Amino acid sequence: MQNSIRTPYDRVVMAVPVTIPYVRYSIESAQWWMGRALKALVDGAGIKPRDIDGFCVSSFTAGLDSGIGLTQHFGLCVRWIDTIPLGGASAIAALRRAARAVQAGDARIVACVAGDTNHVDSFRYTLENFSRFNQDAVYPYGAGGANASFALIARNYMRTFGAKREDFGKIAVAQRSNALHNPHALMKAPLTIEQYMSARPIADPIHLFDCVMPCAGAEAFLVMSEDVAASLKLPAVKILATIERHNAFGDDPVQVRGGWAMDVDELYAMAGVKPDDLDFVQTYDDYPVISMMQFEDLGFCRKGEGPDFVRQHDLTIDGSFPHNTSGGQLSVGQAGAGGAYLGVVEAMRQVLGQAGPTQVKGARIGLASGFGMINYDRGLASGAAILAGAGA
Amino acid sequence: MIEPIAKPRRKNPLLRTRLPTSPPRARSRASHGFTRAAAEGRFMLQRCGACETFCYPARDACPTCLSADLVFTDAPRRGTLLSETTLHIPADVHFRERAPWRVGLVAMDCGPKLVTHLHADCEEGKSVVMSFQLDKSGQAVAFAHPERETSNMADDRQWREMTADPKFRRALVTNGRSIVGQEVVAALKAAGASIVFVGVAEPWKPFRGEDTLRALEGVEIVPLDIGDEKSVADLAADIGGKVDILVNTTEHVRSGGLLDRQGTSVVRDEIDQTYLGFVHLAQAFGPAMRMRGSDGVNSAAAWVNILSVYALANWPMFGAYSASQAAALSLSHSLRAELRPGGVKVVNVFTGPLDIEWFQTVPPPKVAPRVVANSIVSALKRGLEDVFVGDVAEDIRQRLAANPKAVERELGA
Repeated sequence: MQNSIRTPYDRVVMAVPVTIPYVRYSIESAQWWMGRALKALVDGAGIKPRDIDGFCVSSFTAGLDSGIGLTQHFGLCVRWIDTIPLGGASAIAALRRAARAVQAGDARIVACVAGDTNHVDSFRYTLENFSRFNQDAVYPYGAGGANASFALIARNYMRTFGAKREDFGKIAVAQRSNALHNPHALMKAPLTIEQYMSARPIADPIHLFDCVMPCAGAEAFLVMSEDVAASLKLPAVKILATIERHNAFGDDPVQVRGGWAMDVDELYAMAGVKPDDLDFVQTYDDYPVISMMQFEDLGFCRKGEGPDFVRQHDLTIDGSFPHNTSGGQLSVGQAGAGGAYLGVVEAMRQVLGQAGPTQVKGARIGLASGFGMINYDRGLASGAAILAGAGA
Repeated sequence: MIEPIAKPRRKNPLLRTRLPTSPPRARSRASHGFTRAAAEGRFMLQRCGACETFCYPARDACPTCLSADLVFTDAPRRGTLLSETTLHIPADVHFRERAPWRVGLVAMDCGPKLVTHLHADCEEGKSVVMSFQLDKSGQAVAFAHPERETSNMADDRQWREMTADPKFRRALVTNGRSIVGQEVVAALKAAGASIVFVGVAEPWKPFRGEDTLRALEGVEIVPLDIGDEKSVADLAADIGGKVDILVNTTEHVRSGGLLDRQGTSVVRDEIDQTYLGFVHLAQAFGPAMRMRGSDGVNSAAAWVNILSVYALANWPMFGAYSASQAAALSLSHSLRAELRPGGVKVVNVFTGPLDIEWFQTVPPPKVAPRVVANSIVSALKRGLEDVFVGDVAEDIRQRLAANPKAVERELGA
């Protein structure tokens, strides 16, 4: 194992995992959803809004507002601010930036928030205005909405590595089984592999249960020093290691790996743990193929062994490889940028022993990842963090 | 393997006409390099002047060396289809009503990867040949063709959305008295147009070629004097709902500029025929064509203007004529924008002097009317928007791109 030369996140912790329960469609604004998340953060921490002096926010649907406009909206006076437009990688990035700010003393308590609304027409608006390359070279092909882009990636992956639809189905079915324990999950009905296989095609080989359901919701957490957490008597989550990488492997003709593969050794070296030591994994699951890719790129098996890895493991809460214990975006819903936070916030609950019905027994240490921004033909942003509870 | 499309049945007048929808239209400014390429039927990619890397999508800095010297250059068309998908439930209305719709990812031999529409005969892992096409929004999109000719290739459903193929379409040629008009009629019939209406002013007056024209099957001579607003409106009331392709073959050529003409009567005639004639046609036929842009196999598809290349640069020997052509060119751009919501193309065919009576004194090279006609059909089949026919037109086009001032002085010499 290599040694890490990066500064550890000593004495910096995360606290107060917040989820504002999702709804399929909301007539409220993104600001409303983020406001509920902030309120839950201050209530959960027993602090006042003015105690928050760092603010990090991600949203696709906040219209013209970036973080700065939101400070006035929410009455926050902060000395550190960040607006992170990294889609599914926003939570990992937020955690990394906030932790360094706290470590350096630039901020004492950072609120990291992601929230999006979902009006009846807002998903289409997000698609149309996603990025320049998407506007110029993807959306005109009827391929907006990521389904087609991921279909091209999935099909190539299946042909190259022998993955079958059943393998993706096993991931989706396990997550639905997990979601049935999560009262906040939008999907309430069990899913069988037969239902998965016979679902209607959306963009071959992507079928209905490979797709997340866009919804409204918000997720949030606080980052602060260990001492502040102790003084507030807040159960704290340690940050053992993080990685982040953008636009990796641009020469791969079709995406078969994400940026994690470039930095995974660094991730475990910094944490001082091995993949086997993890009690659970929360991958960014915009499509099951991306989760499968992460099993490889995050070091649980080698490239191309993802399908076998899935066949050999039980991915449910009580299984041999507890994965996306909340049900993940596939079964909880994708609340815009909140989808980036879903796995991170669930990982916090797991290592704190606060996950309730989705709790993995004895979970002390786990991994959460992020993946985002299909700018043109591939997802550009990737990140991961290894988090631990007090006992680890 | 494509099944040939079937000749559409007579339209049920009780059924609602499906209204046209556009695929997404927004593009960056740089991306209009592809629009230009598609309009002329060229395959161009940005290439870095410093490191020679080809790139795609359109950028403002080279992703290899960060040079700003990115130039749209004719590029090799060959690539390999890496992966494909069939969209069953697209989010966009235009594609949803056309689903299933196939798209793919092509790696070009010269480097870049293109998300592209697919001809049905393209196979994963095989070579394809790329083009840029103008889609129903009038903007450029990449289109992958099989490397070799396949049967009924032009009948591919997705390809036909990109073109204005005359096959099974109904056309109006506005001037059957001219040789150009007669050649266009013959070419459209040869390309499979189901019926060609041919406008003839004062049809009781005999004209050369009339017998041949009348002998053609599926050709119908109709009274039309485009300088007369009522004549145009009357014809549109009669056949406006079944004109899928309109070819404006109006021909009013007189030599001379300003100083050697007395008064304005000749100029007025030029304006009446060329400019106001265009206005009459557009107002009478345009609205119905725009409404019928998605009306099945024989939807309204294209409006064709035959313009002198001297619309782009005045030729004082035919100075007033050049100006009337420039006016028509300008108007065509307005028409193009106004027909765009219907997905109806406006094709401008620029020619040098034609080999017709009115250019008798002009030395060769001149363009044979049949060549113009064939260029029109070719442009319709390929879905082009700007076509330059013959050596003179191509010469002027290139010289204008190099130095418009030189063209002005030299044409006036």
